[in-house]
Amino acid sequence: MLDFPRWKTIGISIILLLGILFSIPSFLPEKTRDSLPSVLQAKVNLGLDLAGGSHLLLEADIADLRKTQLANMEKTVRAAMRGESGPDDDIAIGELSTTGGKISFLVRDLAKLDEARERLFSETRGAQLTGQRDWNITVVDSTRIEMTPTGAGQAQAVANAMDTARDIIDKRVNALGTREPTIIREGDDRVVVQVPGLQDPAALKELIGKTARLEFRMVDANADPAEAAAGRVPVGSEIVPYAEGEGSGAAFEVLRRQVMISGEQLIDAKQSYDPQNNQPVVSIRFDSGGSNTFAKVTAQSVGKRFAMVLDGKVLSAPSINEPILGGSAQISGSFSVASANALAISLRSGALPVKMTVVEERTVTPELGADSIRKGAIAGIIATVSVLVLMIVVYGRFGVYACIALIFNVFLIIAIMAGFNATLTLPGIAGFVLTIGAAVDANVLINERIREELKRGRKVFQAVELGYSEASRAIFDANVTNVIAASLMFWFGSGPIKGFAVVLTIGIVTSVFTAVTVTRMFVAHWLRTKRPTTINI
Amino acid sequence: MRLLKLVPDDTNIDFLRWRKLASAMSIILVIISIALVAVKGLNLGIDFVGGQSVRVEFTQAMPPIDEIREKVGDIGLGEATIQQFGSDKAVSIRTALPDGDKAAAERAGQQLVAGIQKAFPTAKAGSVETVSGKVSEELLRTGAISLALAMLGISIYIWIRFEWQFGVGALGRLFHEVALTFGFFAVTQIQFDLNSVAALLTIVGYSLNDTIVVYDRIRENLKKYRKMDIVPLLNLSINETLSRTVMTSVAMLLALGVLLIFGPDVIFGFTAAILLGVFVGTYSSILMSTPILVWLKVGPHSFVPRTTAGMDGGERVERKDDGAVV
Repeated sequence: MLDFPRWKTIGISIILLLGILFSIPSFLPEKTRDSLPSVLQAKVNLGLDLAGGSHLLLEADIADLRKTQLANMEKTVRAAMRGESGPDDDIAIGELSTTGGKISFLVRDLAKLDEARERLFSETRGAQLTGQRDWNITVVDSTRIEMTPTGAGQAQAVANAMDTARDIIDKRVNALGTREPTIIREGDDRVVVQVPGLQDPAALKELIGKTARLEFRMVDANADPAEAAAGRVPVGSEIVPYAEGEGSGAAFEVLRRQVMISGEQLIDAKQSYDPQNNQPVVSIRFDSGGSNTFAKVTAQSVGKRFAMVLDGKVLSAPSINEPILGGSAQISGSFSVASANALAISLRSGALPVKMTVVEERTVTPELGADSIRKGAIAGIIATVSVLVLMIVVYGRFGVYACIALIFNVFLIIAIMAGFNATLTLPGIAGFVLTIGAAVDANVLINERIREELKRGRKVFQAVELGYSEASRAIFDANVTNVIAASLMFWFGSGPIKGFAVVLTIGIVTSVFTAVTVTRMFVAHWLRTKRPTTINI
Repeated sequence: MRLLKLVPDDTNIDFLRWRKLASAMSIILVIISIALVAVKGLNLGIDFVGGQSVRVEFTQAMPPIDEIREKVGDIGLGEATIQQFGSDKAVSIRTALPDGDKAAAERAGQQLVAGIQKAFPTAKAGSVETVSGKVSEELLRTGAISLALAMLGISIYIWIRFEWQFGVGALGRLFHEVALTFGFFAVTQIQFDLNSVAALLTIVGYSLNDTIVVYDRIRENLKKYRKMDIVPLLNLSINETLSRTVMTSVAMLLALGVLLIFGPDVIFGFTAAILLGVFVGTYSSILMSTPILVWLKVGPHSFVPRTTAGMDGGERVERKDDGAVV
């Protein structure tokens, strides 16, 4: 047991040196760290509660997503019934409804019922390899076709939408130019956004809260305003409300359902100023397809009005004075420079496939964070020093060994956390203190056992050897229970509990290594070279 | 150099003499704690009930709490809970979850900050948190699940490593510690939030650590002294591990005490709870988890390996599988 082969000593020393080496970057200021080789760039990140910043938890509006899913399928159905080879191929349908979470429509020519079903089958083949269908297609009353989304199809749709949403939010947040934002999916329908150093999350929320679904649609000139106010509009049109503060008195517009151009056909959007009144506006440019459509429609509709609709609200509804060629336009509304800029970013990054709501928000100002760090660091140092002093006063030389091991332990924890790119939070600091406690306890167990064995009259070597071997059993059991607790915390806990569990788990491993193996190396070396016949412990 | 001995050599205290008294006290304390939680309730933070909380720091003299309460009440988000942080000029202002959809808390949070900044122009809103009702329900559920599973998981491990009596003893002790900590939160009305759950889990971990050290020694002595009566054997085990129990507790209390006094106020409640837990844990190690074993009738037979019954080499056989790992 006290026989320590050279390779073991070398191995342990290398681990300890690596621990110190890889923990150094975490203590260096950013500039110095940047000049280091890339292997040494990894550092421990400070949690938002320490560094300051904003944490947002966004939840997708699944009901909204289902609606969009139905609306898209409605389009698919209409397109499929139109047929590929001209009007002869059309299947006439009617009474299409999307209520009750399903699509239902009447096939006018009963002879074509089967063909209609066939076409839909090929349109709704599931995207995954499982062979499950995304939609169930049934024929009701031998005249109607009903389509309901399957569970697998819905789950897939949510998963796809969330992936897209995450990417889009990522683009938008990165456009803000903040440093190292974290954007990750959580659970089935959530996205976590963490932006360190950001003090005012209002702009951030403005940016990611917007779906940014932009549509250009024609105003229905045939609609009778009085009828529309009562909720009656011509077929193929609908009432769309004005956005808050827009419309100069009007509450809504009657718009054609058909979308002329949508945000997907944009190639650029940026904030600029209206040359006439110097108001902030968003300038947009369409791709070639969009430009052509826009030119064609505006050429046909001079004198009529079209509307710019953002997230289901009308921003403005200008008249078409002349055909708009060249594929660029200005979106005007009561924007500030900041909100125009936010809209431009949102439009550039594409529309969110689903509406996202902030369900949890935590913002810590950097000063408060800095204050916590300073106090936490001071308290940590005082706590560690007092424990070290206690150990030396009680165990003498063995206490000194324990202290050296303890200091190595701190470096190792930091180095491993840096390696995993782990985040240190306030509860994490508490976890740190607890692992120091565990390390101290391990040494206490060993040293007390050595004392006991000496009291029983054992010789020095034997007492030390038994001290380590007998204490190890309790140390092992005690730490396994802590690992069990920490892993359960990590799996089931959230936020702060997780941060605590990570530090605790890493700390337990390094504590056992330093408090048992490293001190044993020191003790073995001392006993071998000095061969003491009595020890003071 | 003479070394400090926290517990004198050859200490031999008949701890189990007080076991009835100690058990009665523990049971009464647990009942009081449960009653306190039932009557006074926990000061649940927004993590668990939803709502919005703002930390406000006053650059000049802090206005009286009543004035703050009144002005916050004028914002129209209902009665506010206001809590002061130590001697700082800072308070945490918390209002209840507003009615409405899941974004309601977020809107109310903005409203609260704006209202406070209007009422106290020199104050700084330090950190803002809003949690919706749905998220807070989930946090409460996951918090409770992780606590329950941690307790259960550890007890099962002890049952496997030792004997069922030890597992039961450990579980009973955990229940004792957790109940007392809840009682502590009910009495002090320190905000109970996610950090407090982490504190509870730490206490659970620490308690178990202690239990195992004592139980390990009992197991060892049971194998060593087959003929000894259980009560003196338990007394011997407690006394043998006493200096370790005291030393580790003193080290922990020292570190936590420093953290409590000099640490940031954000973790005050957290540290206070763990400090209490360590204190209670030290008492439990000596007077609570060990006497349980007397009632559960632990004896040398508990550790005679069934396969080698009657053989004189119990200890050596047992050694093989006790997995000392270094």
